This record gives sequence, C-alpha cells and structure tokens, in this order.
Amino acid sequence: MTDAAGEVWSAPSPRLWRMRQAELGILALLAIVAAAVVAVSSRTAAILVGAVALAAVASSVYFVRRRVRAWGYLERDEDLLVRRGVLVRRRSVVPYGRMQLVEVTAGLMERAFGLSTVKLHTAAAHSDARIPGLEPDEAARLRDQLAALGEAKAAGL
Amino acid sequence: MLALVAVVAVSQVHSENGSGSRVDVDAAIIGVVLALGVIRWLVTRWWFDGVTLHVETGLVRRDSRTIPVTRIQGVDLVQPFLAKVLGVAELRIRLAGSGKDERLAYLHLARATALRAALLAAHHGLDPATPEPGERALAVVPGSRLAASIALSSSTVVLVAFLVAFGVTTAVSPKAGVAVGATAFVYLFGLLTGIWRRFNTQYGFTVASAPDGIRVRRGLVGSVAETIPVRRVQAIRTIEPIAWQPMDWCRLEVDLAGVMKRERGAGSPSVTKTLLPVGTTEIASEIRSLVVADRGVAPTRPPRRSMLKSPLSYHNLRAGHDDVVAVATTGRLRRVTAWVPLEKVQSVRRVQGPVQRALGVATVHLDVAGRRVDASFKDRDVEEANQLVEDLTVLCRAARATSAGPRGPGGH
Repeated sequence: MTDAAGEVWSAPSPRLWRMRQAELGILALLAIVAAAVVAVSSRTAAILVGAVALAAVASSVYFVRRRVRAWGYLERDEDLLVRRGVLVRRRSVVPYGRMQLVEVTAGLMERAFGLSTVKLHTAAAHSDARIPGLEPDEAARLRDQLAALGEAKAAGL
Repeated sequence: MLALVAVVAVSQVHSENGSGSRVDVDAAIIGVVLALGVIRWLVTRWWFDGVTLHVETGLVRRDSRTIPVTRIQGVDLVQPFLAKVLGVAELRIRLAGSGKDERLAYLHLARATALRAALLAAHHGLDPATPEPGERALAVVPGSRLAASIALSSSTVVLVAFLVAFGVTTAVSPKAGVAVGATAFVYLFGLLTGIWRRFNTQYGFTVASAPDGIRVRRGLVGSVAETIPVRRVQAIRTIEPIAWQPMDWCRLEVDLAGVMKRERGAGSPSVTKTLLPVGTTEIASEIRSLVVADRGVAPTRPPRRSMLKSPLSYHNLRAGHDDVVAVATTGRLRRVTAWVPLEKVQSVRRVQGPVQRALGVATVHLDVAGRRVDASFKDRDVEEANQLVEDLTVLCRAARATSAGPRGPGGH
C-alpha cells in the first residue's frame, strides 16, 4: 500500500481477514442455533429471527472487511506510524524514544490462526499503537526492531 | 491516624450487629492502636551522614532503610491537625524509581525543617550545613477569595439547587420531602465533605519560587509544605469556570510525571497538583511562566464550519504552537487552557470521526504521560491537521534532543 507521500505502508497478514471471517462464521452459526431454538415454538418467529441475524452478520462482513483493510503501519527513521479505523480514522505517531515496552500477545482465535498482536506502550495511556494479525515472524522482527530502536533513542520523561 | 479512624469505623460496624460491652472493645482497640503508634515512634531511629539518610524502625522485625540523597526527588513537610497542635511534623521523601514515599514521622518542626534543608542541600551537591536557599513569594490566596471561589463552584450550585428543591417539595408535601431528603442524604454528605475538603486543604495557599521548584504551603486544620519540581511537569492548565469569569479568576493545575510502572503498561500514572486554587489570570500567568516558556504563541481558531461539530465550545476553541510549547483552549462552561512543553509529548495522534470527515476537519492530539489528553488541536482543517502531525512530530523530536541532559536511572 502506498499513500500520497509515496510511503509504503505495511499491512497485517491476509490471514487476519480469514480470522475475522471465522469469527463472523461462529456468529452466523449462533444465529442459526437461536433460530432453531425459536422454531420449536413458532415458525414465523424463527424465520424472522434467523433472517435478521443473518442479515446483520452478512452486512458486518462488508464493514469488517473494510476495517481489516484499514490497518496499516509504517516504520520511519525516528517513529512508528499506525493507522486504523473506517468510521473513526485514527493515525498515531509514536517516536521510538518514547516507547516503554513492546508487547506481543495472541488471543484464542489468533493462536488458532497462528497470528499475534504487537502493542506499543508509552507513558501516555492514549498513545494507542496496536497492530493486530501479524505473522509470528513479522511480529518477532517488529518487536526486536522496536525494542532495539527504543533502547537506542530512549528519552526521559 | 487513618488506621485509627478505620479501626473505629470497623468497630462501629461491628457494634451494630452485636450488643453488650462494645464500648469497652472500642476503647481497647483504640488503646492498642495508639500504643502501637507510640511504640513505633519510640523505636524509630534516623541519622543523616551527608550522603545517605538511614532510617531504622520496627520493634519485632527490624527494618532498616538507607536513602541515598541522589535518589531524592522532593521532600514534603506534612502536619496533620494533632501534629500541628503538638508542634511536630512528618517528612515525606519522594524517591526516584519507587512508587512509595518514604515517611519519617514525627519530628519536632524545627528539626524536620532543618533535616529537609540538609537533604535538599546534599541532593544538590552542597554542604549539608548550607541553609535553605531563599524563596521568592509569588502569591497568597486570601481566605475570603477562596471561600468566594468555592461558593461559585459547581458543587455549591448543585447543593443550593438541591436545597431549594428540597424546600419546595417539603412545602408541598412533607412526606415526599422526607423521602427525597433521605435518598439524597448520602450524596449531599459527600458534596459537603468535598466542599469542606477543598476549603480545608487549600486554605492559606501560599506559592513561592525556589531554586529546586515551586514551593506550596497550604492547609487550615493540618498543613502541608510541598515542592513541585518544575522539570517533572508534563503539562499545565488554567481552568476558568464561567461563574469566575467576571472576576477574571482562574485555577492553575500541573500534571507531574508519576513513577514508571512497566508491568502495568497502561501509561504511567501522573499526579495532578494545584498550583493556585484561585487567583487572577495575571498572577496565574506569572506562575505559569516559571513552568513553561510561552514566548507569545498566537493560538488560532479552527475553520468556521467546525461550529457544526462543536457548537458550544467553538466559541473558545483555539490552538497553536511554537517550537517549544503547544497551547490549546477548549470548553464553554469551564474554559480550560492547556500548555504542553513539546519535549514532554509522548505521541501525536490524528483522529477523524464521521462528522468531522463530512466537514473536512480533523483533531490532532498531543499525548503526555498519564491518562489525560492534554493539548488538542480540535477540529482543524484536514490539510492543516496533516501538516500539524508532521510539524509537531519533528518539533517534538528537536525539543527532546535539546533538552536531553544528564539523566538518572529509570528514564527520569
């Protein structure tokens, strides 16, 4: 991905989208189960519940896809840029010198898909630099890179 | 003292579900706590050799601590009510890289003051016998002005509004009045104690500047003398509630960097301290100039179309920066102006919500240590916001580079 300034942004792994699809699939499954349960008492209610739930899941496919595509990060010489969000667009600039710790986490779904999240912490609670859905190799490289740069450029409070 | 109150409170709860000689038990508990306090005081020994402060305490389990003067960040003198009556004081020593204050209680006031002077002199590499450097008095808040400012605060407004409502309800229907009064009692009690605490802690507020920071002395029943280290200030704010504006009054607050807690990760805690509970904007700006250098930044307004997004605060929205500090004003009922030294900025963020996108504006936040968002360039034109993100990133880096002097361990 390239932006107006000709900078090449990195994106999370394509498997992040597959992970989100799986999450949506689970939701759809729950909707079908709910519809089946309601069907015991009333068929029309079941059709209504099922239709509404499936429509909600189907429409969220569109929004979730856009959100997944919105994630991006750019490693510059002095700072890391992270962008995210579709409805509310956010872009954070975190100087390497301000990083206090780099955290690599993997939740249940992420582990199943072999992905991890890299999170940067500064002294400010609002810095909010998080990159989800990274390949383990990329996550480890980013973590080591950020830790090394953070060490080299550390600044006092 | 606090432990004593807690014990009394606990025993009060106990006495509700029991009966008989509860008073004796209460008295016994208070006696034990008092005795423990006296024993603790009796077995506490301290001495200062010019480089380290040694504190030994504990009757059964000896606890000895050595405090190198280099780690000292500040020494506060605290006198609760009883201590003030007895002419003794507690020293609270703030240390770098430790979340807890070292406490030394209770010393004779004169000795406590002398020890504080010695510790601070040694910390600055002087002979411990050097007398405390002179300070320049900046402002004293008269009690009447403090009372007036509290009377014009939002808590008082809520209190009066409630009392009026209560009176009216009682007049119409006494039963309903009792019901309303009973339900709101706890809330009202909280409000009253809050008002009292403000008056009590900020009475006789005196601000002075000294070589090691800004000295603050305050307190009615008890008293506190503290030093606010200018180097650790992350941001400074003036707050002007709308009711204070006719008198041109404002409050001045600073955010100080807390202690890094790496394991917590959710941002370092920052401590907010009042630098002036109420004062004219003139005095406030004089004190402020000791903390941040505002060499005439000219804040600008966001474009007129932002009025649709922030209809109320647009009237006061202003933001600007030079190469050392960013200034931003917001709020309508409570006008808040924040100054953030660029060297203290942790990260720069641009946020654009759906309404802002429709209007072609965006907000740029400057994050400083802690949970607060400080200076925000709200609802600026998109082009300007993008440029601001780039400019501020570069300026913050330059500011950090020039300010990077000798640093202690732990990134302070």
